[in-house]
Amino acid sequence: MADLSVKIAGVEFKNPIIAASGTIGFGHEYSEFYPLSELGGISCKGITLKERHGNPPPRIAETPSGMLNAVGLQNPGVEHFIEDDLPWLSEQNTVVIANIAGSTKEDYCEMAERLSDTEIDMIELNISCPNVKEGGVQFGTSCESVASITSAVRKYCKKPLIVKLSPNVADIASIAKAAESEGADALSLINTLTGMRIDINTRKPIIRNITGGLSGPAVFPVAVRMVWQVKNAVSIPVIGMGGITTWKDAAEMLIAGADALQVGTALFTDPYSPLKIKQGLNDYLDSHNFKSVTELTNTVVTS
Amino acid sequence: MKYDARPCPVVKKFQLTDTIYDFRILNKDFAAAAKPGQFVHILVPGKTLRRPISICDVNGAELRLVFEVRGEGTDILSQIEVGGELDIIAPLGHGFTIYPEKRTVFIGGGIGVPPMLYAAKHCKNSVTITGFRDKSAVILEDDFKKISEHILMTDNGSAGSKGFVTEALKEVIGNAEYVCACGSTAMLRGVAEMAKQVGVPCEISLEERMACGVGACLGCAVLVNREDGTQGYKHVCKNGPVFKAEEVVF
Repeated sequence: MADLSVKIAGVEFKNPIIAASGTIGFGHEYSEFYPLSELGGISCKGITLKERHGNPPPRIAETPSGMLNAVGLQNPGVEHFIEDDLPWLSEQNTVVIANIAGSTKEDYCEMAERLSDTEIDMIELNISCPNVKEGGVQFGTSCESVASITSAVRKYCKKPLIVKLSPNVADIASIAKAAESEGADALSLINTLTGMRIDINTRKPIIRNITGGLSGPAVFPVAVRMVWQVKNAVSIPVIGMGGITTWKDAAEMLIAGADALQVGTALFTDPYSPLKIKQGLNDYLDSHNFKSVTELTNTVVTS
Repeated sequence: MKYDARPCPVVKKFQLTDTIYDFRILNKDFAAAAKPGQFVHILVPGKTLRRPISICDVNGAELRLVFEVRGEGTDILSQIEVGGELDIIAPLGHGFTIYPEKRTVFIGGGIGVPPMLYAAKHCKNSVTITGFRDKSAVILEDDFKKISEHILMTDNGSAGSKGFVTEALKEVIGNAEYVCACGSTAMLRGVAEMAKQVGVPCEISLEERMACGVGACLGCAVLVNREDGTQGYKHVCKNGPVFKAEEVVF
């Protein structure tokens, strides 16, 4: 039995498998399949300062080896999260990460300050949501804006701060360095890739928002590449995600440079996928004589 | 644990029309828990998203699933043979409220017909109305005749009476105490308006593109009137698929 525990920005995870934001809500539903304590952590549905209704339907479209979504950050607002969801979540014996999104820099700062006084373990700065008109990915696509928002939030955030990066950029390594230089404690990537599908009979986009975020196995190789590039550019921990579906994908992402992993879309295909990935990863580590999952991180052989 | 995903053997399979299949799958726990109007979420080999399919009927440990081939996913499912398995999460969602003693009209249109069968079975005094494009699309006629006073409608009159289900509803709604329906948005709007006019409570089953099936991803949104007078989104997989008709914003 290999040691699956990892430490990210001072926070202990019992295993490296974290449920990705937007795929597991605030945990209630999937806790009806298995205890959330089976997971290393849960990154909660992106929350905003005030309630958001989200985008009109359809919000979902299937794609070859994946899916598009344009939920549009539907959430009950930060106060509702703190009052109604967090007390239960903080008793589930798993690391709780609050994912925050805003339309303005002030929104992000106010939420970071408010959440710093709660029992959440970490804050994940969502500057990569492609499905909202204001804010979201606007903050995440240039080095200047990433540096500016990270630096601003850092002043208010007393919890370990993860910055979640968008893949919809030309140079992910520079963006990562910008976040690191302004005080990010860790990075998570990738958020979804912007995509689009059209019904050829009606010639209408399938998603009402027209475009949506692509996730699932289709994005996995892009995620592996970006995690590898970022790991080589920064010295803070990297949480890898994007299409991880099997334990083999998990091993590959760790080898590419991830210190921990997030699993999202795979939950929809198989709710038990995080547990199967955890078991498979453990068996792989044992059979390859790794005592700890941390020994596998960033071990890609390029020459 | 309220939810589970399990491989379930396909024990019988019938083709009802060119595009509609009738699968009987075995799982005594899912069958025992299933309520009228609920659905199952089926893993499609090779696909990322499961397919939500309504529960048509329950017989002992058998769940009956009647579905239409609409795209690649349902096409793959339709090719699974007896002896094979379907990996399903079930039963899911909020189904129909059933009043066994109330005079209830159950209305189904097209592929919205199957869930009405198990619902109507729970009611001692029901009228069932089913509507189809034409004779070639008619399904479950004998099943409905066995359990209810049944009216069959087709758009062109090639089977049953000619016309839409709302025309049949007009004839019987005077004696109805309650209406349940599943079908196209246009049909549901018509049924909901008629029920409202005569002051009869009405529940409708909706469909939307879905991912998780359990209420976590917020994909399958439906716009509803909220109790505080504002509008907001609820979700077909968890709050529905069955909603009170007056709640839904068409």
